[in-house]
Amino acid sequence: MELICPAGTPSAFREAVDAGADAVYCGFRDETNARNFPGLNFSRDELAQSIQYARKHGVQTFVALNTFMRAGDEALWYRAADDAVRLGADAVILADFGLMAYVAENHPEQRLHVSVQASASNRDAIQFLVEAFNAKRVVLPRILTTQDIARLTRQLSCEVEVFAFGGLCVMAEGRCSLSSYATGKSPNMNGVCSPASHVKYREDGEEMVSELGGYTINRFGAGEASGYPTLCKGRFEIDGAETYAFEDPVSLDIMDHLDQLRDAGVSALKIEGRQRGKAYVAEVVSILKKALSAEPAARPALISRLRLMSEGQRTTSGAFEKRWR
Amino acid sequence: MSLPPLLTAPLDLVPLPVIEYVARTLFANILKSHPDLFERLGDYSGKRYCFSPTDLPLDFIVIPGNKSLTVLRAGQPVADARISGPLVLLLALLEGRCDGDALFFSRDLSVSGDMEAMLALRNALDDSAIDLPENLGALAGPLAPLLNRAGCYVRQRALSGKVAAWN
Repeated sequence: MELICPAGTPSAFREAVDAGADAVYCGFRDETNARNFPGLNFSRDELAQSIQYARKHGVQTFVALNTFMRAGDEALWYRAADDAVRLGADAVILADFGLMAYVAENHPEQRLHVSVQASASNRDAIQFLVEAFNAKRVVLPRILTTQDIARLTRQLSCEVEVFAFGGLCVMAEGRCSLSSYATGKSPNMNGVCSPASHVKYREDGEEMVSELGGYTINRFGAGEASGYPTLCKGRFEIDGAETYAFEDPVSLDIMDHLDQLRDAGVSALKIEGRQRGKAYVAEVVSILKKALSAEPAARPALISRLRLMSEGQRTTSGAFEKRWR
Repeated sequence: MSLPPLLTAPLDLVPLPVIEYVARTLFANILKSHPDLFERLGDYSGKRYCFSPTDLPLDFIVIPGNKSLTVLRAGQPVADARISGPLVLLLALLEGRCDGDALFFSRDLSVSGDMEAMLALRNALDDSAIDLPENLGALAGPLAPLLNRAGCYVRQRALSGKVAAWN
């Protein structure tokens, strides 16, 4: 299985390549990609240089253009797709059907991957994108069990990529409105979930309070590991008890399921984290690379170190081993 | 991870202009050797950032776009965005040797104020490959190699076990 690694800056990109990535995914410095954070992402020149660096080391570059085009402003997305193709991206990762159609028509030789943001999670939806736009790979949302993935992969005529480690989005990606509800901005349209412009942290006695768009998301006690200020991982008061209604502040780690995913025919494992620093990228990529070729018994020891770098300093296999339905 | 009070207490006796002179000289050298910082910071380079080492009795106010740095006795400084934590970790973050999110999750660092500005600065620094011993060495004339080596040694000792194994 290929290891697909994140890069938010050229430095992180080089770290990912040097640490053993099979492919690095990244995006332009605008709202065409779903990690449109201040100070992050690539100019055209930076992408060209990074692709060159990757090629020299036998590593592929995937360019994420995975937000939905805004009516009337499609040119921004078309230009980004044209530039990604011109600069030599090995694949473009797309969510918007209109943009998929544009690439399929104007750059028929360009390899096209279906972004997790496209929310394609069943045979019919995925096969439609394969047949209509010649999609070569689909990135599955983090809402399927390992058994679901195995069943689905057998029915598809394209490659399957799944998230293996990093930030855990527990919603139907591309359709989640929680960030929009609190801030008016979403990863789907603006490339930002819980945008920094709407985030506030403050101390309240010994507690650290996180707020999003004026809503209190969480209160962390002294020394308690904290998480991102997202509504899906907020602490709610339900029946008089304070609890996590959707998911705890926690990151995804499915390295225990490696062999099942390999047997299922999954082609690639994706690491989330384009917003993370190069130190994170280097460490996670090198450890997961080792884990991929390690004996199953040796993997937990390798992975355990990564827990400390994770949201809430904890990891979960999330829906991949969902037992409650 | 915090500096021992034995090391930091004497700073109360050092006049602020002296501390400020040293910090400004290093800051100017960093900006000169990393002009790419401004490009990535964009409009946020005009923001007023406060660095508050929790183990020093000082606050450092920086406006990157104005190339200005001011040192204050620790208090409640006026700033657009503020980051607090042990000095060693703040310096490691400056060099991109630690992941800011991980230090935030572990509560080693705390942030407040304009989070867009803070994020932009973090990302710009992370991409800039700043090497503090090298910048310090550049200020030491013929003693540069010595200071550079000493800086690397101190950094290695200070960050042992905390820093990720980046290349």
